[in-house]
Amino acid sequence: MAAPKKGRRPAGGQGRPGRALALILIAMVALTGGMFWSGHTTPRLGIDLAGGTSITLKAKAEPGKEDAVNETNMNTAVGIIDRRVNGLGVSEAEVQTQGRENIIVNIPRGVDEKQAREQVGTTAQLYFRPVLTWAPSTPTPSGSPTPSGSAKPSAGSSASPSAEATKQGGQGTTASPSASATTQGRAVSDALRKAPSPGATTPGGTASPDAKSPNPTGAPTPPADPATAKLEQQFAALDCTPKAEKSGDKKAVPNPARTVPPEQPTVACGTEGDAKYILGPAEVSGKDVDDAQGVFDQQRGMWIVNMEFTDEGSKKFQKITSKLSTQQEPQNQFAIVLDGEVVSAPSVRTTLSANAEISGNFTQKSAQDLGNILSYGALPLSFDTQSVDTVTAALGGEQLEAGLIAGGIGLALVVLYLVVYYRGLSLIALLSLAASALLTYVIMSLLGPAIGFALNLPAVCGAIVAIGITADSFIVYFERIRDEVREGRTLRPAVERAWPRARRTILVSDFVSFLAAAVLFAVTVGKVQGFAFTLGLTTLLDVVVVFLFTKPLMTLLARTEFFGEGHAWSGLDPKRLGAKPPLRRSRRVSAPVDPKEA
Amino acid sequence: MSKLGDLGARLHRGEVGYDFIKNRKIWYGLSILITITAIVGLAVRGLNMGIEFQGGALFTTPKTSVSVTDARHYAEEASGHDAIVQEVGNDTLRIQIGGLDTEQSDKVRSQLAKDLKVEESKIAAELVGPSWGEQIANKAWTGLGIFMILVVIYLAIAFEWRMAVAALIALIHDLTITVGIYSLVGFEVTVGTVIGLLTILGYSLYDTVVVFDSLKEGTKGITKQTRWTYSEIANRSINGTLVRSINTTVVALLPVAGLLFIGGGVLGAGMLNDISLSLFVGLAAGAYSSIFIATPLVADLKEREPAMKALRKRIATKRAAAAAKGESLDADESVDGDDGFADEAETAVVGQRGRRGRAAEPRG
Repeated sequence: MAAPKKGRRPAGGQGRPGRALALILIAMVALTGGMFWSGHTTPRLGIDLAGGTSITLKAKAEPGKEDAVNETNMNTAVGIIDRRVNGLGVSEAEVQTQGRENIIVNIPRGVDEKQAREQVGTTAQLYFRPVLTWAPSTPTPSGSPTPSGSAKPSAGSSASPSAEATKQGGQGTTASPSASATTQGRAVSDALRKAPSPGATTPGGTASPDAKSPNPTGAPTPPADPATAKLEQQFAALDCTPKAEKSGDKKAVPNPARTVPPEQPTVACGTEGDAKYILGPAEVSGKDVDDAQGVFDQQRGMWIVNMEFTDEGSKKFQKITSKLSTQQEPQNQFAIVLDGEVVSAPSVRTTLSANAEISGNFTQKSAQDLGNILSYGALPLSFDTQSVDTVTAALGGEQLEAGLIAGGIGLALVVLYLVVYYRGLSLIALLSLAASALLTYVIMSLLGPAIGFALNLPAVCGAIVAIGITADSFIVYFERIRDEVREGRTLRPAVERAWPRARRTILVSDFVSFLAAAVLFAVTVGKVQGFAFTLGLTTLLDVVVVFLFTKPLMTLLARTEFFGEGHAWSGLDPKRLGAKPPLRRSRRVSAPVDPKEA
Repeated sequence: MSKLGDLGARLHRGEVGYDFIKNRKIWYGLSILITITAIVGLAVRGLNMGIEFQGGALFTTPKTSVSVTDARHYAEEASGHDAIVQEVGNDTLRIQIGGLDTEQSDKVRSQLAKDLKVEESKIAAELVGPSWGEQIANKAWTGLGIFMILVVIYLAIAFEWRMAVAALIALIHDLTITVGIYSLVGFEVTVGTVIGLLTILGYSLYDTVVVFDSLKEGTKGITKQTRWTYSEIANRSINGTLVRSINTTVVALLPVAGLLFIGGGVLGAGMLNDISLSLFVGLAAGAYSSIFIATPLVADLKEREPAMKALRKRIATKRAAAAAKGESLDADESVDGDDGFADEAETAVVGQRGRRGRAAEPRG
């Protein structure tokens, strides 16, 4: 801003205050325009104002795994919980971490909050199940290459035998049905979805299906077993396509596999909703995976997922892969099932043990996502429900109204006080407050879609409290100006002289206030955090407004006759302020004025 | 109001002024007394911790004709725990039941809905596990600790360590008083209270920092003159920023008062009320401490510096010499009135005169 000038001519350039004002006005117009353009003309309301349920979970550090509560795990957990909650058919449920060990789940009203709560609390289940058959999901398998029309019937027939044979325990032998003459088309199309396609997976050539006996277990094909029939029926009826396609990525996919015990065969949907599967009993669980990550294979120039199993896991995995690798499509695939949804279904080309690699058409993200899911699918974290806050719409509305009224009253009182005390000068304060309020409102509205900011009751309180902090900046400046006027200066130099001193005070005190807000935001959780956020935001805006708005406006108005000449109602009347010419020389040590001069 | 403007002018000129530094022992004593009361109150009575800190459930019903007594009866029957029922706002009931876990509270909620003849989905429920409040409190303490360390470092750099120490003491003072009042009056401590309390951090220091800023400016090159001691200038700084302090406090308290009025009067209870109550108490304590505690403390600490001691000696000598020559004005009488505001004719400001055994009154 304008440098302090001792001379009579205020602030070097005449254009400066205008430029700063123009800058902030443009910013305000741009932000407001952006707000209307984006269509988010009101701040997003938090659960306590809009109604809904808010659940707070806290990660439990299990003995021996204290460092398991880390950012990666928390983010994975958020992803998984998000999938679950939104899988319930909830739209716009919001899951986010808060602090180091908390997850907040916000579910808007109109949702069965009990069910949501149950889903939220449990640990994610990850299993490896052999694929018995699969089909693109009816009715519209959008995107994925559709196999021939014969897919469904053949899928059913191929599935039946294995389903029966594998009832003995989790590690039970995978029955490979003798009649597993399934079409090649499916495996390919599946692979295109997420998992490796046979072509891509097998640069070195897959173990040929006929190399070994296609039917190691030799399970006969028991026809028309009731359980199998039921499974087939389910499979035929299963519709994995997202129900509400218009609602974007939030989908409501039925999830039959989640409730089926791992040792039983089940039907399941792919996460994308474009494929459905009949899956054998789980052979390997997520706990058997030691580590997995998506890495870039330099040699082949592609993204792959490396898996490492625990000792026990490698044995199991060896068993399943040795079996699967001898099978034909699609029974040579195993499905990675997370919370009842098939995340990926890679085919197996050889017997694998401790280390395995999944290759295919991965992008960096999909490889890393799969790596995360494999590593943390069966979360190393379990969660405690810390608090559940259900707010009815009526109560939320009431609280919002009360907050607004309180803010209105507070603002009115402050305005009244400023007008009475500062008279004409209060015009500047009021305009600055208005600018501040507008900026706060617009930025809050825009932050909703941008970073998921939701205005909750504590945040409203923070904004109301901030009225005081903002107004105080003007008070500091005005008092400085008045002091200068009392020293005998005319207004224009007084405005410029007062500024550097006021500026420092404002910066120092705002910094302290901002520091408090920042520390609170960083270390606290929940409601406290919402409050700290608004306080910090408004403190920042205060600095912006004072520098770019209040000061330039003051400079401009000081040129007017009303203020410049110190009209009685301007709040700067030298007589009223008890100014005493002549100008004192020394200001080094501000000391009481000699009474003799008075 | 224009009286206040007038006062501002006179304070600026130094025509009036209250000797905050000279009487600091009174204020220290008062503060120590209040602090001890607060601590004793805290030790004896403890704090009335709300549901959020004990674990339990808080139900807010829609409009109902059921009386508070009946509702309490229902709630206690349904839960098997003691219940606190308040009527808030327009026939809305606020039912607090401690010790419930999230499972039980579902049942209680259904039962309450039946008893009170309202739809279950219309009952707002806040269920809190017992460790949640602990977590919030722990984080708040952590935040408090980190903030204090950072702010002391910052103030030590931006100003000097003495001011940092004084600001910290003033801050602890404000928090203790606020907590003490909560304990003595028995207000319920909720998350809102904690938020309010944490806000006091920023506010209390904000106020203090403004006075310090003026003090720092006023004492620039203090050793190069022999007219004023550090304490005198400190006192002048307080007086000079007094109008601002009053204005700031009023302006800060007005919105909070609005919150308190609406939170307490219209909603009856809840977050707005809790935040504003603790803010109100804390702000008042903060305004007091930045004037009466923080700055006098700085002066006290500063006067121990060898350079300041030397300065004081020089000034004393000079004043003594001046007094001997009969040039000094009627200093002694002028400081008698503690209340400088009342006495306009006597342009008295400040001075360590009596206590430090100096003879002269600061006069130009």
